[in-house]
Amino acid sequence: MSTFYFIAFLSVLFSILVITAKNPVHSILYLILTFSTFTIHYILMNAQFLAIVNFIVYMGAILVLFLYTLMLMNLNKDSEPFKSNLVKVAAYVGGACFLITIISSLKAFNTSQLVILKDPNLGLVKNLGKILFNEYLLPFEVSSILLLSAMVGAVLLATKESKTT
Amino acid sequence: MDTAQLLFKLILVVIIFAISLVIALYSTYAERKVAAFFQDRLGPNRAGPFGLLQPFADGIKMFLKEEIIPTNASAFLFVAGPSLAILTACIGSAVIPWGQKLTFGSTVIDLQVADINVGILYIFGVVSLGVYGIMIGGWASNNKYSLLGAIRAASQNISYEISMGLAIIALLLVTGTLSLRGIAEQQHGFWANGYFTWNVFKQPLGFLLFIICAFAETNRTPFDLPECETELVGGYHTEYSSMKLGFYLFSEYINMFVSSAVMATLYFGGYNFPFMDMISSPNWVTIIGVFLFFIKIALFIFFFMWVRWTIPRFRYDQLMDLGWKTLIPLAIANIVITGIVITFLNR
Repeated sequence: MSTFYFIAFLSVLFSILVITAKNPVHSILYLILTFSTFTIHYILMNAQFLAIVNFIVYMGAILVLFLYTLMLMNLNKDSEPFKSNLVKVAAYVGGACFLITIISSLKAFNTSQLVILKDPNLGLVKNLGKILFNEYLLPFEVSSILLLSAMVGAVLLATKESKTT
Repeated sequence: MDTAQLLFKLILVVIIFAISLVIALYSTYAERKVAAFFQDRLGPNRAGPFGLLQPFADGIKMFLKEEIIPTNASAFLFVAGPSLAILTACIGSAVIPWGQKLTFGSTVIDLQVADINVGILYIFGVVSLGVYGIMIGGWASNNKYSLLGAIRAASQNISYEISMGLAIIALLLVTGTLSLRGIAEQQHGFWANGYFTWNVFKQPLGFLLFIICAFAETNRTPFDLPECETELVGGYHTEYSSMKLGFYLFSEYINMFVSSAVMATLYFGGYNFPFMDMISSPNWVTIIGVFLFFIKIALFIFFFMWVRWTIPRFRYDQLMDLGWKTLIPLAIANIVITGIVITFLNR
């Protein structure tokens, strides 16, 4: 349990650093650290497959793309849009209202009640695969075909563009 | 897991770490000798007999050079870049099965650090993390050439990771397990049930795709555009000096070693060899298996060098064309064909 609290503390700390970091590239690097703590959370919950997929997809692919686009953009301090004090005050008030709404709705839903899994080994590859390919076969197949067609479509769009120009 | 077991694992980790470093060290020597042979030269032959002490001389030189951190570089990330590169290069070897179990009386030593049941995905994850070292180092240098090198590395890695993943999916259709130990055990011997057991004979196209992607992921020629010296001075490591440069160069060789080990495990039978059932003592089978596994790795490393000194570097658009328009369609076709063949064979 103490491991959980330590890792949870780290995830919250890194998430806060993501939004407070001045430099956008630093903030992406903190986001990478945040996702790595999520991976540890999944391992603690005995969900190995989810952990490794989070590791590959989020840390290995999506955040590399984030970093890639941020490096291409020229984000200097001079070009940062200036915001007046009135806007800042409004943002603080709006953010505080949003926080209160979220906390009260969480209270109303009683989400602090623990949900106990029937099968604690559900997250292991074999069990997860059996459930996905038996009980949820159709949604799984449809979503995988959707992802594949999205990828092929992106390649097609890119090739057409290069031919016309 | 009791203390003795833990101690064995710890010793194994240290041994594997030492072996990867020594092999990486002598890969630099081998690379120069191979290059010399291909170009009809002699290569390094001054330090020690046949120049065998050359890698140590290079190492000492690297340590004694002046440590430079550019004024406009972000100092922490500038140091973090090469450290991350060598870290991600080293952690990949944790799940590779180096051999079968050794048995001494009642103690059984497993020649694999961690037999996790998602081993192949772990390797894939480590490979995808490998680009961060280059990207962070290239960006932190605050230099146009470094940044261009870093951006090239990122786009190249992402493009080739997709076909690598699709090649692995086709392999998984054949093996039915994600554990590297399980995959190695399925390739026992060389010939069984009227066909070869090694996966390279079941997945020839998949192996071709995988080795091309391995070249791209380790940034070796013909895919070494991130450090292309004719266009980018030195690419992502332009600003680096001393051992920080050494870490980048070294991590490339460790990556080469680990990816050779992965390819040998996945496609070339790992520690298995023909006629292994004719040797009665299981410990001897293990020892010969480990030896032959390293021979296979050495052959793959030689292949990496052979290609480097034979094929010229790609142009950038050729690189992207190859990745997106050739390898991905081939990989998808490979998955479909493998699926159909397996369905008919199981009928």
